[in-house]
Amino acid sequence: MPPTSCGRRRPSRAVLVLLLLACFTLITLDARGGDASPLGPVRSAVGNVLGPVETGTASAVRPFAAVPDHFRTTDGLRRDVAALRAENTRLRNRLAGTALDRNRAAELDGLLASSRSTGYSLVPARVVAMGPAQSFSRTVTIDAGTTSGVHADMTVLDSDGLVGRVVHAYRSTSTVLLVVDQESVVGGRLGSSMEVGFVRGRGRLGSRATLELELVDPSATAARGDTLVTWGSRNGAPYVAGVPIGRVTAVSATPRQQSTQAVITPFVDFTSLDLVGVVVDKGTRSDRAVISAGGVTRAPVSTSKEHR
Amino acid sequence: MSVTRPVVLAVVVAAVVLQVSVFHAFSALSYDGVVPNLALLVVVAAGLVRGPELAALLGFVGGLAIDLAPPADHIAGRWALALVVAGYLAGRVRQDSGASPLAAMATVGACSFVATSVFAFSGMLLHDPAIPVGEALRVIPVAIGYDVLLTPFVLPLLMRLFRRLRPHEVAY
Repeated sequence: MPPTSCGRRRPSRAVLVLLLLACFTLITLDARGGDASPLGPVRSAVGNVLGPVETGTASAVRPFAAVPDHFRTTDGLRRDVAALRAENTRLRNRLAGTALDRNRAAELDGLLASSRSTGYSLVPARVVAMGPAQSFSRTVTIDAGTTSGVHADMTVLDSDGLVGRVVHAYRSTSTVLLVVDQESVVGGRLGSSMEVGFVRGRGRLGSRATLELELVDPSATAARGDTLVTWGSRNGAPYVAGVPIGRVTAVSATPRQQSTQAVITPFVDFTSLDLVGVVVDKGTRSDRAVISAGGVTRAPVSTSKEHR
Repeated sequence: MSVTRPVVLAVVVAAVVLQVSVFHAFSALSYDGVVPNLALLVVVAAGLVRGPELAALLGFVGGLAIDLAPPADHIAGRWALALVVAGYLAGRVRQDSGASPLAAMATVGACSFVATSVFAFSGMLLHDPAIPVGEALRVIPVAIGYDVLLTPFVLPLLMRLFRRLRPHEVAY
């Protein structure tokens, strides 16, 4: 009788018990081990193998995901053009009005150029996989790993603002914990009053994605519409300073609580994440082009891959 | 047996990779981040065709793949536990009911409920992360609905695959 025959009841129960025990052992090992978990090497090995598979699948599927865009009607496109033209005019007007601000900002930039804060370089990466909501943690895989100079505890952002931080870096991919995850805590600073606080995720994505801000100073209050930027950690790990996080949309304070609570709507749309940048130190060696304030550093010719 | 094992393993791993990467590319397909649990469908198909032993074993392998494949950041073994239980249940259902499509869909729904609940409950016990009950109650129905919705398209294919793999094993 082969070992996987299914007619008899008793061996089937033995297999079940054995597998359940194996599961409990794994959970105990991983939970007790913490950072030095005995499963760490296994996780890295699986990540090194499955990471490139995920990257490959994502790039194979991406053209098909773009197909619906090809079927948009001329009418819809015309409406888009009109809307964009109106926005363009509005932005141009605003730009003309802010010439003075711009000059002052340029002066300040000159001052800051010597400081570390503009010394950040970005490694570009694409999001290739997203953890299911059934796992109750909001993580994504990006297609840049240790060979591109990405390591754990690095800030990840996109053109709109803060995305999250790197929690695991494999050879060619990394896992990023999004700021909307319930375990994520970011130090934030209000743009208008410079007050600092802690921003926690609520585990929601999409249009209802919100963050929670708790200000350190109990007498300070946040105003609606105020923008929030990162406060920055020591040595820029895990978060660098000055990255926009979101806008205050609601404020509440209860007498019993020691501090003011505010609801933050993040600038980043977490359901349609695609191109992101990982903040690396200046002069990081990478197998792809590194974007820095002074321009783009080309990747070494021998190892340059599909990334431009 | 020598042919079956790699094929079955490849199917499970492919399901895990697809459920994290394909549904991200088609972001319109995921509802608030909830995507169909393809690995669960593979396990249920194995249970319905081949019985509780193989299904529980596949559940362990598939669950471990979900636990260790890149975007995962929770304690390893939690999805494995959830899918072992789901696979065993699916295998037991096969012995009681016939192979009607309705029974298969009900099995998927029940297994999806059990697996997602076991996973959520283990998270609550281990505080990894400390899932609020409200959040779990919001996600679980959507997850079940999505799995059942995908059943008529995916489950027949998987069941045919497992039926075709069976003769090799019997010959052995």
